Amino acid sequence: MTEPVVDYAEVLTRYEPVLGLEVHVELATASKMFCGCATEFGAAPNTQTCPVCLGLPGALPVSNDTALASIVRIGLALNCTIAADSRFARKNYFYPDMPKDFQISQYDEPLCTDGWLDVPVVDPESQTDGVIRVGIERVHMEEDTGKLTHAGSTGRIHDAGYSLVDYNRSGIPLVEIVTRPITATGALAPQVARAYVTQLRDLLRALAVSDVRMEQGSLRCDVNVSLAPIGATAWGTRTETKNVNSLRSVERAVRYEMSRQAARLDAGQSIVQETRHFHEADGTTSAGRSKEQAEDYRYFPEPDLVPIQPDPAWVARLREDLPAAPHLRREQLHAEWGFTAAEMRDVVNAGAVELIAATVAAGTTPAGARKWWLGELARRATQLGVSAADLPITPAAVARIEQLVDAGTLTDTLARQVIEGVLAGEGEPDAVIAARDLQVVGGDGELGVAVDAALAAEPEVVERIRAGKHAAVGVIVGAVMKQTRGRADAARVRALVFERLGVVDEAAG
Amino acid sequence: MVDDSGIQGEATISEQEVRHLAHLARLALTDDEVAHFTGQLGAILHAVSEVARVDRTGVTPMSHAVALANVTRPDLVTASLPVAEVLAAAPAAEDDRFRVPRILGEAP
Repeated sequence: MTEPVVDYAEVLTRYEPVLGLEVHVELATASKMFCGCATEFGAAPNTQTCPVCLGLPGALPVSNDTALASIVRIGLALNCTIAADSRFARKNYFYPDMPKDFQISQYDEPLCTDGWLDVPVVDPESQTDGVIRVGIERVHMEEDTGKLTHAGSTGRIHDAGYSLVDYNRSGIPLVEIVTRPITATGALAPQVARAYVTQLRDLLRALAVSDVRMEQGSLRCDVNVSLAPIGATAWGTRTETKNVNSLRSVERAVRYEMSRQAARLDAGQSIVQETRHFHEADGTTSAGRSKEQAEDYRYFPEPDLVPIQPDPAWVARLREDLPAAPHLRREQLHAEWGFTAAEMRDVVNAGAVELIAATVAAGTTPAGARKWWLGELARRATQLGVSAADLPITPAAVARIEQLVDAGTLTDTLARQVIEGVLAGEGEPDAVIAARDLQVVGGDGELGVAVDAALAAEPEVVERIRAGKHAAVGVIVGAVMKQTRGRADAARVRALVFERLGVVDEAAG
Repeated sequence: MVDDSGIQGEATISEQEVRHLAHLARLALTDDEVAHFTGQLGAILHAVSEVARVDRTGVTPMSHAVALANVTRPDLVTASLPVAEVLAAAPAAEDDRFRVPRILGEAP
């Protein structure tokens, strides 16, 4: 059922939006928050569980020190105050995603409070750059929940009467980052929301605390939106759209909610404070659980965990080890990479700064890394409607591909096929090359045989080339490519043809 | 009754609060049970509120019985349980996962 909406431009003539963003990020620790179970993504169901994360009686949680260091680093990078004394709390609720019937979280004593993040925002109308400072209310530590598969969604379960639960994710360290209300953005609200999540994701990637993969759920965003008539002193009632799983969806969810809420307000209806779901297919949201009957979590201090009192000297050391602030880091990388201002701007706009940095760190030239992330991979990302960072390929894999191209083992055409294989989940580059047999036909011996065969099959073409019609060489190159299933280097084939015929290539040199 | 510390000395609980707690705990109570437990819970709260008589001058509120902080473990992977043992306590299982009644609506 589609709800009425108001044209976006018209919304801004009557209403001012207020945004709030809650980002959950799974930390990339080896073990879970309160037990030693592994955290590997995609493991067989319930193979990474133990009495602690299954909530069995008598099991005692103990905090993961790396996770605590990670959240303090996140807090420091977001300019937060690190609490001198912080506690865990139980958030009580009944839902089968938590076997304990409560989630260990933080309530009134979070580890980090009162910070901010400067977010670069480009105005799509004027193409001017600006910076918006987003206030951070709190950053707190909690544990992730298990994963439910509802009947029917697997295609195998026909009985709609039950759900299946995998607790591998239950207990993975989760950091929640909550903004203060973001006001006075006007028409830029959707772009600001997207830019904030983008900037936060880049920051988290630079801190190396999380995989920040939205499509795998290691970074998830809840989007709060409300509207108030222009000039009003009080804010409107907000809705919370849950688990928006791509940067583009964050922008679309804000835009849609503004248009939907405006239509209700125009019609004299009230906004219901509720949880909503975002629908990727058509960019709409729909009502979920209503808040008034829920949210009585009876938080109380977690008796099984002692307080966290960060040692100021430890916090100071973590602060010293922080990477440079994003804009300083960009300036530093720009100088190191030697890109032109225009090239660097494209890299920043594509959200590829940290991807290229990671690829260079894995052993390529900056230009080589840029070529793939802004070329083939950007094209694939656009096709799939995701950001390049959300493609299922790692900077290390991209570096490997570029190294093979550089060594002449792959042509660009073959490299694109390797990328296709990696994105299709066929494995790392070397596995894809082996499985698809994608190496360049090596050595002039094997290539020579193919060239000779093609020349012998096309005596008329050979005569034309000898007569000076050099463009005809394309026929021979095409035949060799067909013979080698595209695995030959076209320039090398062309050179071999002229060499065989004793003709000087007018296009060479 | 409020003692000189400002803490309620005569703790009570209303039937309405008991009904709300029963709902949160997914307990279906009859009216008789609500009346019965309201009396019992009130008596327990009253007994616990005795602590309010103690002179607490200079005592910092604490959430824990032991004076410890920063108990942590290194980020090392230890063995998980075999799946058969994990599922041994499940009322029902399928495809190595816990099988639970379908919950309408979504997680909090």
